[in-house]
Amino acid sequence: MSTVLLLLITGIGLGALYFLVASGLSLIYGLMGVLNFAHGSFLTLAGFLGWEVGRRIGDGTWAGLLTGMLVGLVVGAVVAALTELIFIRPLYNRHIEQVLVTVGLGLASVALFEGIWGTDPIQIRLPEWLGGTTDVLGANIPNDRWLLIATAVVVLVLIVLFLQRTSYGLVIRAGVENRTMVTALGIDVRRAFTIVFAIGGAAAGLGGVLASVYYGQVGAHQGTSLLIYAFIVTVIGGLGSLTGAAIASVLVAVIQQFANFYLGGTGDLAIVLALAAVLLVRPTGLMGKVKH
Amino acid sequence: MRTFFTSVWGKLVVGAVIVGVAAMLPLLAIDIPGILPGPTYTPGTLTVLAYAMLIAALALSYHLIFGVAGLLSFGHAMFFAAGAYGLGIILKLLAPSGMPAEAVFLVAIVLTLVIALVLGNLVGALALRVTGISFAMVTLAVAQAMNVMIRRNVGGLTGGEEGVRLPVDVVPDVLVGVVNTRNLYWLALAILVIVYLACVWIERSRLGHVVAAARENELRVTVLGLRPYFVRLFLFAGAAVLAAVAGIGFMLLQSSATPRISTSDFTLTLLVIVVLGGVGYRWGAIVGGIVYTLLDQRLAALASAEWIRGLPDVLRIPLSEPLFILGMLFVLVVMFAPGGIVGLSHRVTQRRGSKRDVAEPKALQDMEA
Amino acid sequence: MTAILTVRGLDARIAGQQVVEGASFEVAEHGVTALLGRNGVGKSSNIKALLGLYERSGEVTFAGERIDRLMTHRIVQRGIAYVPEDREVFGGLTVEENLRLAERGGAPNRGIVAELFPELIQRAKQQAGTLSGGQQQMVSLSRALMNDNRLLLVDEPTKGLAPLIVGTVTKALEAAAERTPMLLVEQNLQVVRALAHSVIVLSGGRVVHTGPAADFLDSDLVHRHLGVSTDEEAA
Repeated sequence: MSTVLLLLITGIGLGALYFLVASGLSLIYGLMGVLNFAHGSFLTLAGFLGWEVGRRIGDGTWAGLLTGMLVGLVVGAVVAALTELIFIRPLYNRHIEQVLVTVGLGLASVALFEGIWGTDPIQIRLPEWLGGTTDVLGANIPNDRWLLIATAVVVLVLIVLFLQRTSYGLVIRAGVENRTMVTALGIDVRRAFTIVFAIGGAAAGLGGVLASVYYGQVGAHQGTSLLIYAFIVTVIGGLGSLTGAAIASVLVAVIQQFANFYLGGTGDLAIVLALAAVLLVRPTGLMGKVKH
Repeated sequence: MRTFFTSVWGKLVVGAVIVGVAAMLPLLAIDIPGILPGPTYTPGTLTVLAYAMLIAALALSYHLIFGVAGLLSFGHAMFFAAGAYGLGIILKLLAPSGMPAEAVFLVAIVLTLVIALVLGNLVGALALRVTGISFAMVTLAVAQAMNVMIRRNVGGLTGGEEGVRLPVDVVPDVLVGVVNTRNLYWLALAILVIVYLACVWIERSRLGHVVAAARENELRVTVLGLRPYFVRLFLFAGAAVLAAVAGIGFMLLQSSATPRISTSDFTLTLLVIVVLGGVGYRWGAIVGGIVYTLLDQRLAALASAEWIRGLPDVLRIPLSEPLFILGMLFVLVVMFAPGGIVGLSHRVTQRRGSKRDVAEPKALQDMEA
Repeated sequence: MTAILTVRGLDARIAGQQVVEGASFEVAEHGVTALLGRNGVGKSSNIKALLGLYERSGEVTFAGERIDRLMTHRIVQRGIAYVPEDREVFGGLTVEENLRLAERGGAPNRGIVAELFPELIQRAKQQAGTLSGGQQQMVSLSRALMNDNRLLLVDEPTKGLAPLIVGTVTKALEAAAERTPMLLVEQNLQVVRALAHSVIVLSGGRVVHTGPAADFLDSDLVHRHLGVSTDEEAA
C-alpha cells in the first residue's frame, strides 16, 4: 500500500513537471498551430540562469532557490516572447516553416548551452528540507515533490484565471477555437501569439528550475528530454486543451512510474503504448477539440 | 525549351558523368583546402566522403516521406539504426554457426533488410492511422522508445551506451581495414546510386503519383477509389528499407553503431538536411546531405583552430559549436530561402529563359493538420 | 451610383488551388448588392479573398483606399463587418463573451442586440455552442451589427434556418441595410428579392452578369445562371 502511495505521489510530482512544459506547448499549438520544438530550450536556459543567479544569492538556501524560480520565470517569458517576435511572426500563417524554425532553434540552442556550460550535467545544492522525506500513511515521499505539485497547481490556477478573466484570455480562448474568425472580427491575433508564447515560456522557465530540483542537476539536454514527454502529454491530452494537458500530465507520469517499478523499467514503452492506444481510439486526444 | 540536358538521354549522361567522376576520386589526388581534410586518395578524406554519401542516401529516403508524401516523421533514424544495429547483431549471432563467412554476411544483410521491412510496416501501420502533427508525434514517441531500449541494452543485444561493434571476422576482407577504405567508398557510392534510382522509380510509379496527389488533396484521391493509407504505408516501408540500406553501409564504414544514430535529434538532422538542400527535390537531399556533412566536419575542425581559441568567449563559444552554426544556418534558410540550395540555384538559372514557376515546393504549403 | 468597394482582377488560392479567378465587380455605396451563382462557384471564396482570409492578388479598393495588401484585422478595422457562412460563433464561449469579443473601438451599440434579438439577452450566460442554429445566426449578426460599419459582408445568412427565423433575419438585415451598404450572398431568391437592389452573378469563377436585382430576377437569366426557374423560386 505504501509503495502504491509513494509511486502515485511521486508520479503526480513528475506529472507536475510535465504539466509546466506541456501547458505552454498545448496553448501555443491550440492557438497558432505550431508545435514548438524550441520549448525545451526555454526550459533549459531558464534552469541554467535560475541556478546561476540563485547560487550567487545563496547556494543551497531557500532565498537562492526562490530567486532562481523567479529568474527562471522571467527568463522563460522574455526568451519565448522574443522567439515569437523575431522568428515566428515573420512566417505568419506558414505553419510548417514555423515548426522548422523552432526545430533549428532547438538544435542550435542546445549546442550553445553545451558550449557555455559543458556537455555534462552540473550537480546543484538545494535547501536541506527538499532532500528529506515526509511520511504519508507509511510512504516516505521525497519533499521536492510537494514543491513541484504546489507550483504546478498555482500555475494552473493562474493560467485559468488569466484565460477566464482577462480580455486577452478571451481572445486566446476564442482563437484556440477558431483563429480565422478572431481576425475577421478585427482583432490582431498576433498579439495573442506573443502572449501565449510568453505564458508558455514562463511556465517552462519555472519548470526548468524545478527540473533541476527534481533531478538534482542542471544540464544542456534537460529541456530536450522533458520536451519529448511533454509532446506525448500534449497529444494524449488533446492539442490545445489546458485541462487535457493537466490530466494527461498526471496520467502519463503515474503510468510511467508504475510501469518502471512493477514492469521492470518499461515506463517509456508503456507511455508509447498509451499514446498509441489513445490515438487509435480518439485521434484528437482525450480533450481534443475540432481542428481548424 | 527542351535542350539536350533536360532530355532523358541528357540526364542519363550527366548522371553517368557525375557517378564516374565520383568513382574516380580515390584514384586522384585532388586537394581542396578548407573543404576536404586532405587529398582525395587519403583514407581520412575517403571516409568523410563515404560518410557524406551515406547520409545523402539516408536523406533521400527521408525525402520520400517528407518531400513526396508530405509526412513529417520524427522517427526515420530508427530505420537507419535498424540497418546498422541489425547487421552488427545478426553477424555476431551467426558468426559461431559454422557457416562460411560469405554466407553469414549475405544472410545477415538479407535478414537485416527483412527486419527493416517488418519494422517499417509495423510503425507505419500504427502511425499512418493519424495524420498531420499526430503522425509526427507517434513516430517521435516510437523512435524515443526504441532509443531508450537500445540505450538500456534490452535483451543484452544492443550493448547499451557502448553500442555494437562490427564482427570483422565474418565480413569480406575487401571491406575491412584502412587499406580498403576506397572499397568502402565505392560501396557508399553504390548505395547512394541504388537509393537514388529506387527513389526515381518509386516517384515515377503509379504509387508515387498517388502519394503525391494525396499530399495535395486527400479527398480527391479517396474519391478516385484509392486508399491513401495503403499507398502511404507502402512508401513508408520502402523508405524504411532504403534507410536500412544506408545503415548497413554506415556499419561497414564505421565498424560500430552507437545509440546516437537512433535519437530523434538524428532524425531532426535529416530534416535539416532535406530542408537545407531543398524540400521536394531529389537533388536537394543529396546536395544537402553532402554539404551538411562536410560543413559539420569542417566546423568541428574550425572549433579547434588556433585563431578561434584566442577569441573572447562571446565569439569563441558559438563558433566552436558546429551544431549551433548549422542550426542557425537552417533557421536562416527556412526564413529567407525556402527551396534551399537547389531552390536557390533554380531561381538563379531560371531568371533568364523560360519563366517557369519557381514557387516554393508544394510540400511546404499545406501540411497544417 | 458610386461604389464603396471596387474589385478588379481578384485571384485567390487555397492550398495551391485557384478558387477565385479574375473577379471584377463593384458594391454600391447604398443598399444591398447580392452576389449570386450556383453552388461551388466561388461566392464565399470571393468574400474571403477580399477580406484577406485567403492568399490573394488583384486590386481591392474600399472607400478610395487599396486594401488588397492589408491583413484581415486591419481590413475589418476600416469598418467592414463579416457575417460568415455557417455562422462561426465561438461555441465554447458564452453569448456575452462572443459579443464582447466582437466589440470594435468607438461605442458599440449593444442596444441594437436587445432591439433585434431580445432572446439573446436572456441567454447571455449560455454557451454559444448549445444554441440553436437560428440563435447562433443572431449572435453572428449581432457581432457585426453592433459596431459602426461602413460595409457589411453577409454570407448565406438564412442557410439551414427555419422559415420563421428566416423572416427575423431578413428583417434585421433590411434594417441594417438602411444605414450600411451590404454585399449579400444568398441562395434564397425570395430573400434576395426582398433586400437586394442590384445583383452580381458568378459562373465558372467569373462575373457573368451585373445589373438591377428586379430585372435579373424576372428574366430567364435566373434559369440560365442559377439553374432555377422563376416558378421554382416561389416554391
